[in-house]
Amino acid sequence: MVFLKLAIKSLKNRIFATTLTVISIALSVSLLLSVERAKRAAEEGFTQTISKTDLIVGARSGPLQLILYTVFNMGNATHNISYESYEDIKKIPAIEWTIPYSLGDGHRGFRVVGTNQDFFKYYHYRGDRKVEFSQGGEFRDLWDVVLGAEVARKLGYKLGSRVVVAHGVTKGEGIQEHDDKPFVVAGILEPTGTPLDRAVYMSLEGMEALHVDWQEGAAPTADKIIPREQLTKDKLKVHSITAFFVGAKSRIETLKLQREINTYKEEPLLAIIPGVTLSELWQGLSFVEGVLRIISWMVVLVGFMAMLIALTTALNERRREMAILRAVGAKSRQIVGLLVFESTLLTALGIALGVFLSWGLVAVLKPWIESEFGLYLVGPWFTSRELIYLVITLIGGTVIGLIPALRAQSLALKDGLSVKL
Amino acid sequence: MASSNILIEIRDLQYIYPGQATPTLKIPEFSIVRGEQLFLYGPSGTGKTTLLEMLSGVLKPSQGSLKILGCDFVKMSDSERDSFRAEHMGYVFQNFNLIPYLTVQENIELPLHLSAARRARLGSVDTEMVIRALCGNLGIGDLLGKKVGELSVGQQQRVAVARALLGKPDLLLADEPTSALDTDHREKFLKLMFELSDLYGTTVVFVSHDRSMEKLFSRSISLDSINKVG
Repeated sequence: MVFLKLAIKSLKNRIFATTLTVISIALSVSLLLSVERAKRAAEEGFTQTISKTDLIVGARSGPLQLILYTVFNMGNATHNISYESYEDIKKIPAIEWTIPYSLGDGHRGFRVVGTNQDFFKYYHYRGDRKVEFSQGGEFRDLWDVVLGAEVARKLGYKLGSRVVVAHGVTKGEGIQEHDDKPFVVAGILEPTGTPLDRAVYMSLEGMEALHVDWQEGAAPTADKIIPREQLTKDKLKVHSITAFFVGAKSRIETLKLQREINTYKEEPLLAIIPGVTLSELWQGLSFVEGVLRIISWMVVLVGFMAMLIALTTALNERRREMAILRAVGAKSRQIVGLLVFESTLLTALGIALGVFLSWGLVAVLKPWIESEFGLYLVGPWFTSRELIYLVITLIGGTVIGLIPALRAQSLALKDGLSVKL
Repeated sequence: MASSNILIEIRDLQYIYPGQATPTLKIPEFSIVRGEQLFLYGPSGTGKTTLLEMLSGVLKPSQGSLKILGCDFVKMSDSERDSFRAEHMGYVFQNFNLIPYLTVQENIELPLHLSAARRARLGSVDTEMVIRALCGNLGIGDLLGKKVGELSVGQQQRVAVARALLGKPDLLLADEPTSALDTDHREKFLKLMFELSDLYGTTVVFVSHDRSMEKLFSRSISLDSINKVG
């Protein structure tokens, strides 16, 4: 116990260096934990971009492509699904609900999604969260649009603003604007921290109305334009959609349902389970996570180096102290023990401070991170992986402490009791 | 048995520093009697400190035999010699005897924490009282709670003596402990030290290159006369 007291008093005696060392370890540890936490939040956010949807169905392509253009607003579908097939599949008894998705147009770099009221009813993300409105409400009229939170914020739109949709998704000015058929903002969504924030939503009929007078994929000539006023919802017939989301009556039936859709005779379709594909996609991104982790371990290593320097520098001044301890009967391995104990104590203090620091940061910055980056810091304060990291750090600190300790031992043996300083 | 009166017995002792060809010390025969106050004279660099460190058990003799209280240091392990030192010896350095971040009392108590045997030698369970009495005798009774940095050099040396003599050790080794003191204080310091070592029956081995204090000791010997190097 005398060594515990000696270690504590000796560290207190060098309070400035001790504090700096502890802080440098604490910063490293809190960085390591924060990266881990951000990674967890990102993974959670990513795999929970869509939830409660059992299947996503599109024209036959790759699962990644399908999930990218439906859930992440990235890339394009190569084919559409005929509306008849959609109606047909909807009738399968195991299906509880569907959300149709029609893509292809954009508005100033944001994607336009044609869907129906079921989108507001059944689309879930992050567990059981639903799409909600911050202003206005669902699209009712043919020319109504609902904006994702980021679209409204970036473009400064309010309820009643006029929106002109461009053909094809383009940044900035559209190549071909549907400027003969402007839309009106009827609702603005609450921020969700998902790609939902970055899209414009309208009815399937609205989407159809944009292209009703188009022929062979080209804009109509002036004489063939059907004016906006002549179009009403019931006059328009939806021909195709790009994809649809499926909720099964019971989860158990999902696989059977998936097989049924994949072997649908009338049209080649692809049904994917979003959770599975999302995890696969995340695995594909895990190198980023690996890089982040390597960086944090580097920082931990730098923290250790700072400790090594601090301890080694102090060592020379402490040779006298070691000789006194030897003279009163301390064994040289007790001196090694004392120094290793000191470094372990410093590391432990650093870890404790680091843990509280990262918790404090999370508590303080949580709202800002959520609104600014869409990273939801959910989940437990501590995971077993983080605990393992902390144990590794503690062991690392002890091992680093061994270096000056063994040096002190060899010095003590060389010096004997007559330290010549 | 006549030898029971002999505390330290040296025979054909040699010490060669690692990497050196010739021994620093080579003592064919030498002994120290229990209870004596030995003044060991030698100019700097003649192996005084080497001898002290061997007597204390920090250095292990290269050859020969060194028996203290009948225990042969040559045959003991490093750790056994460390324990032996903690139990049986006190050591006073030339200066810087005290650990700066401990109080005077904590410095004095150090050997008790390192050796249960040393604690047992106190002869009383009330450590506090024993320390008070000892320090009272040394004239440092009022300094116990102070920090080392607040003490004068003379006071520090007396604290070192208190630590060395706590628990009535068999042997007190001193490496020029008075060289930092002025002449008046030197004499006072030595007289005080002898008073207590007499009281406790502690043998004193004192090395110095300065012969001015020689007359106060019960025996004085020049290292040259026993060290047969070269």
